[in-house]
Amino acid sequence: METQELEQNAIKVEPAKVKKMMLILSKATIDNVYACFILANGARMEGIEAEIFFTFFGLEAVQKKKIEHLHVATVGNPAMHIPTLLGGLPGMESFATNMMKKEMEKLDIPPVGEFIEILEASGAKLWACKLAMDMFHLKREDLVDEIADVITVGDFYEKASGENTHLLFI
Amino acid sequence: METTIAGKQVKLNEQGYLTDLNEWSREVATALAAEEGVELGEEHWPVLEYLQNQHKQEVPLTIRKVGKSGIVDIKGFYALFPGGPLKKASRIAGIPKPASCI
Repeated sequence: METQELEQNAIKVEPAKVKKMMLILSKATIDNVYACFILANGARMEGIEAEIFFTFFGLEAVQKKKIEHLHVATVGNPAMHIPTLLGGLPGMESFATNMMKKEMEKLDIPPVGEFIEILEASGAKLWACKLAMDMFHLKREDLVDEIADVITVGDFYEKASGENTHLLFI
Repeated sequence: METTIAGKQVKLNEQGYLTDLNEWSREVATALAAEEGVELGEEHWPVLEYLQNQHKQEVPLTIRKVGKSGIVDIKGFYALFPGGPLKKASRIAGIPKPASCI
């Protein structure tokens, strides 16, 4: 009885929508990079703001020289379902990565370089981590043009301000 | 769900998408666009037509394909249909909501 009354008196509140996704990419294995990019692009497709902070190994995904050479991990990755020793053989990573890329192309998933262009065109903002840049001795010109700026963690948190912002570490 | 849009009886699914492309007209599109906060201009029509043609050919739609269509680039597509271009443009074009993640 009481519950019924409570339900009747309750004011209907619309669930708050996600407004902004702040993604932090810290890894360079191709599956992690794609997870990050698809989440960012998917957010933009839903009218949600999206920003990516590339830090540590995640910086490999936005380095001009490395961008076409990202691999899936064949060692220490139980989801590969191959013996670890086999996964460590020369050429295994390239082989597995090529297989994966072929499957992705079938689904119209763009290569990493083109994906970065798409993200920029869709209004996603891409940032590089200053500390990681210093650590790996990288310069701004080593990174793709789509990177908006090299910023600190503090700067990134400031950009995360506002209601219904979500942060995600990959 | 039957409803009247721009003086015409049309059927919509629960998400507000037309269930029959034959019921689509420019007037219906204009009314649907207004609901999405989009005012249709000359640049919108070729994009809507492209989406309809792709749908008729049963090609799954992605942002990437639209960007490569030669009709509009990705930046332009986002500018024409702000806040979810593929979803909004599909609804205005009278075709089903795309089930695409990219």
